[in-house]
Order: sequence, then C-alpha cells, then structure tokens
Amino acid sequence: MSVIRRTISTPILLTLILIAIALIAVTAGSRPFNQTVIDIFLRVILVVGLYIFIGNSGVMSFGHIGFTCLGGYAAAWLTIPPMMKQTLLPGLPDWLMNAQLPYWAGAIFAALWAALWAAMFGKILMRLSGIAASIATFAMLAMINTVYSNWESVTAATSSVVGIPIIRSIWPYLIAAIIAVIVAWLHAISRAGLALRAARDEPTAAAASGVDIPKQRLIAFTLSGVVMGMGGALFAHSIGVVTPDTFYLTLTFTTLSMLVVGGIGSLSGAVLGVVILSSLIQALRWLEAGVTIGTTTIAIPNGLQEIALGIVMILILIRRPAGIMANSELRWPRPNLDAANPQNPGEDPRPQTTQQQ
Amino acid sequence: MQTLFDALSLGSLYALGALGIALIFGVMRLVNFAHGDVISFSIFALLWPSTDAVAIVFAGELPWFLLIPFVLAMGAGLSVLSEIIVFRRFRRANPATMMIASFALGFVIRYFLLMLFSSRPKSISLLPALSQPVEILGARIPLLQVITIVATIAILFALTAFLKRTRFGLEMRAAAENFTMARMLGVRANRVIMGAFALSGALAAAIGLILAAQTGTVDIQMGASVMLMAFIATVIGGLGSLPGAVLAGFLLGAASVVMQTVLPIDARPFRDAFVYGAVILVLIFRPQGLIAARGTKERV
Repeated sequence: MSVIRRTISTPILLTLILIAIALIAVTAGSRPFNQTVIDIFLRVILVVGLYIFIGNSGVMSFGHIGFTCLGGYAAAWLTIPPMMKQTLLPGLPDWLMNAQLPYWAGAIFAALWAALWAAMFGKILMRLSGIAASIATFAMLAMINTVYSNWESVTAATSSVVGIPIIRSIWPYLIAAIIAVIVAWLHAISRAGLALRAARDEPTAAAASGVDIPKQRLIAFTLSGVVMGMGGALFAHSIGVVTPDTFYLTLTFTTLSMLVVGGIGSLSGAVLGVVILSSLIQALRWLEAGVTIGTTTIAIPNGLQEIALGIVMILILIRRPAGIMANSELRWPRPNLDAANPQNPGEDPRPQTTQQQ
Repeated sequence: MQTLFDALSLGSLYALGALGIALIFGVMRLVNFAHGDVISFSIFALLWPSTDAVAIVFAGELPWFLLIPFVLAMGAGLSVLSEIIVFRRFRRANPATMMIASFALGFVIRYFLLMLFSSRPKSISLLPALSQPVEILGARIPLLQVITIVATIAILFALTAFLKRTRFGLEMRAAAENFTMARMLGVRANRVIMGAFALSGALAAAIGLILAAQTGTVDIQMGASVMLMAFIATVIGGLGSLPGAVLAGFLLGAASVVMQTVLPIDARPFRDAFVYGAVILVLIFRPQGLIAARGTKERV
C-alpha cells in the first residue's frame, strides 16, 4: 500500500474538522463568533507551520513567529493603498510604494518573503541542534523584532501600521488552514520528511545511512517559513493593524503551548491542540463576561481566565506528558491492519525524547 | 570608568539570573521559564494588594537586615512550592513538555499578581540611601551599582564555598554531573532538587531587590527581560555549567554596554540586534557553550 493511501485519512479528517468549525460559525452567524473562528484558523496555520519544523526535526524553535512578523509586514507593504503608505512608511522604495495587490497575491508574496529569510537564517542555524538551536532561533526572533521595532521609515517602529484591508469572510482563512495541513502532510510523507524524522529519532544511524541532517532541516525550516509567512499575512488582514509586539513572545508561547499540549510529534495534535485550547479560552471568556442562568448572572473575576488556562495546561501535561495525541495521528479505524501491526505502520514508535541534550 | 561599572552591574544581574536557571537545569534538565515571574513575585511580596500607582508598602517598612532575608525567603519559598506542586510530577517528561509547563506556571503567577496589583508600574522607594553617588577614581558611581557588584561577588564566593565545602553542595554537584549515578550512590534526589529550587528562588529574589532599588518602580513584567538574557547566558555559558553561566552573564552585560557606546549613532537603536547576532555567532562556533559541562555532551 502506498504511503499516500495509508496516511491520507489524517489530512481528510483534519480538513473535515476545520470545515465543521467553519459551518458552525456560518450557522451561528454572529460577528464576534465569526472573529473567534477566524482566530482559530489563524492559529491552526501558525501551529501547523511550527509542527512542520519542530515536529519533524525534534528541534524546539522559538523563532518562527519572526517569520510571521516578516509575513505580516510584507502584507502591509503590498496591500495598503499607496496614498497612505506615503505618509505612514515614507522609507519604502518606489516600486513597493506604488504597489497595491489584492490580499491573496500579497499573502503569496509575503509567504515567499518569509521563506527567503527562513532559508537564509536556516542556512546558518541548521547546523546547530538541541538547546543551542533553540536559543539561536530565539536570538533570530529577537533580532527581527528589534529591527522592526526601530526601523522608523519602513516599519513605523513600534507604532501600529494601519490601513491594511480587513477581510471578514472566514473562507480565505479556512482555505489557508487547509492548505497548511496539506502542505504539512505532503512534507511529512515525502522523502525529506521521512529522512528528517529518522534523523530526529536516531541521528547517528540516519547520518550513517546518508541523511544530510542540516539539509533536511533546512528544507523543513524553509517550508515552515512559508506557512508562517502566509499565516502572518492573513493575521494582518484579520485585524487590519500590525505592530512588532503582536508578533513576539506572547504569540510565540501561545502557539508553542498549543503544539505541545496537542502533541509535538503529531499533525493531528497540532490542529487539535489549537481547537481544544482555543475553545477553552473562549469558554473562559464567556464565563468572565457572565453567564445568565434564570435570573442570576454568574461571572468569574477578571484575570482568572488566564490563571485557569495555565492550570488546565499544566494538568493536561501532567496527565499526558507527550501531549493529547502523543505521537499518533487521527485516521480511519482499520481493525485488521492495526491487529497485524499494533504499532501503526506509517508512524514511528519512538521513545519520548524529542530533544537531544 | 562609568562604562566599566555599568557593564559590571548589568552583567551581575544577568550572571545571578543565569546561575538561578543553571542550578535547576543542572539537576533536572528543566529550563525554568517561571524564573522571571519568581523575580517579580518576591518583590511584590513586599506590597499590600492594591491597584494604585503608588505602592502601599507592607513588609517594605522593615529595617534592611530583616527586609533582605524576608524577600529572599519569599523567592525561595515560591520556588520550592512550585517544585512540590508542579515540577515533581514531570520527572519523566521530556524537556519540551517541562519547558511549556514552567511557562504555564509563570503565566499563572503573573496573572495572579495582575489580579492583585493591576498591570500598572508602581513607584516604590526601597533602601533610598543607596541611590547616592560615591566617587571612585574620579568617576561618580551610584552607591547601588557598587553594592550590586560587591553583593554579586559575595554571593558567588558564598555559593562556591557552599558547593565545594558542604555535603549538600557535594551532593548537588554530583547530581548535576550524573543524576542517575548520584542517586545510586545514596543522594536523595528530591532533597537535592528542592535545594536547587530554594537557591534559585533566593537568587531570583536578590535580582528582584536590586532591580526595584535601581529603578524605583515595580512592575509585573520586570522579571521577564532579565530572565530572557539570563536564559541566553545560561546556554552560551554551557548549559548546566555554573562558572560558564556566570562568565556568559558578565559577557552579555559587557557586550550590551560596550555596543551602546561603540556603535555609530544611527545603529544604536539596533543594539540588541547586534547583541543577539553575537549570541548566534558564539553558538555556531561553540554549540556546547563557552565552558561545556561534563555530562551534557551528545553521546553516540
């Protein structure tokens, strides 16, 4: 059985989950809820982008939100009307100053722009591994943030860049999230993805079998840069404003938490981690606003939302240290195959060490 | 001269922070992201809960010889508590999971403080006698900077003596080098880990005190920036290596201050980008850190 046929159930199931969420939003029809669902799709894109690199390579990266930042600002440069750019961002070169693309074209260029930088940084960073690589990616994030927070004429420094066309329809976000899932799946079953996972589990054996580890990591790093850049562009279109601090530590840790809670080595885990934690955040927000039962309104005090979220995350991790999905994927139930091969043939039965010291 | 003292006192802060992170990493391979929030917490312990801009001082009225032990005890207490309640359950988890758990814990501590104190920075005058300048070799240096540097050196000597001369210190060093082996030879794992957490918490509290006295304000975000630099210092110093952490802390402090004076005016706002660039360079040439700890090398 080919790898595609064996594993295609995972992206199909995940796509169905995403479509189901979109349909709930359409039937509910309320505008704030619509925005919530858009946020969920955006996080799915970002967390799947993280998974492409972190999940397959086992190297924790704190730097990917930097690519989201690059993508978000690139979308701003390309889609804000030229009149506004002249006053807001006077330092842009002429060809960029006069450009005004539709949002989807802007997003494509933003993704490529992020990929270009991912490839350049990756070329330097991918020879590192373990915790040194994590810190180096963090240093990269901090560099990008410092440059974007200070380069007044091109990024408006720390003040917000406004005027990005806002897209309120949920469909572009749904399509982008599905694209992200499919890209991640195609990479995971490709030669590069398999080689990279082999290198994650048994670096020495993989290297001895001819896997060029830095090269495979670079491929995954660049590809995840594409997805993160696309996510950044759509992020910009969802709120219409970008600031450097939108794309910094808070977003880094939110998305990483979702990946780890979902299961770091699993594409389904990446998607479900987002869906579960986002629903939890939304439920707590509703509680904070107050729930009316009969004539009494029950509300939890402000600030308790974040505390509860932190506690629930710790509890999930205590119960399931490898994340909700651990290393398995969602797939069709297939009893005879599973009985013959209890370890899931396409997946890797691996020990729970994602990081080398 | 002024530059030298600036560099040393900033470096002291980073070195103390890096030590706190390295101590815990050494014994249990945990990268503790809650460290920054322990820094904030120990200083907020001095205040009475309120949302006003001027802090209502509660325990801060104590004379200095009671105040300092009180703050250190708060830091150590919170740190030990977090190990008992949270980290004890993650002994077998992988480093990424522990890292996210520590981040979630820091999140809980931060929002707990936010609930009690609001996010507004508060002004506080802590040990005001220390902000007067003194003259050393023709330069006017704030007394506090001198005390920061002296205190850091004293702490380093005390810690070295503790680790080298006492039984507990010996056990801790043994645990840092090879945890499984140390347990087999009769070192009580939980006690050692708790000791490491207590020390690390006390170091965090010391940073909190210095920061609050230096800036005259307290803010729930105040621990975060020191923590990030300290974290970087721990890694480029060689994770798990205490001398490496201290050395890298001082180097980072020096690099920040020196670049501030050396860079051309136009490039100065981008100073941090240069510092982080230097960090990447160091990592590329010495991925194991400046002083690689034994036992952390990748084995084949």
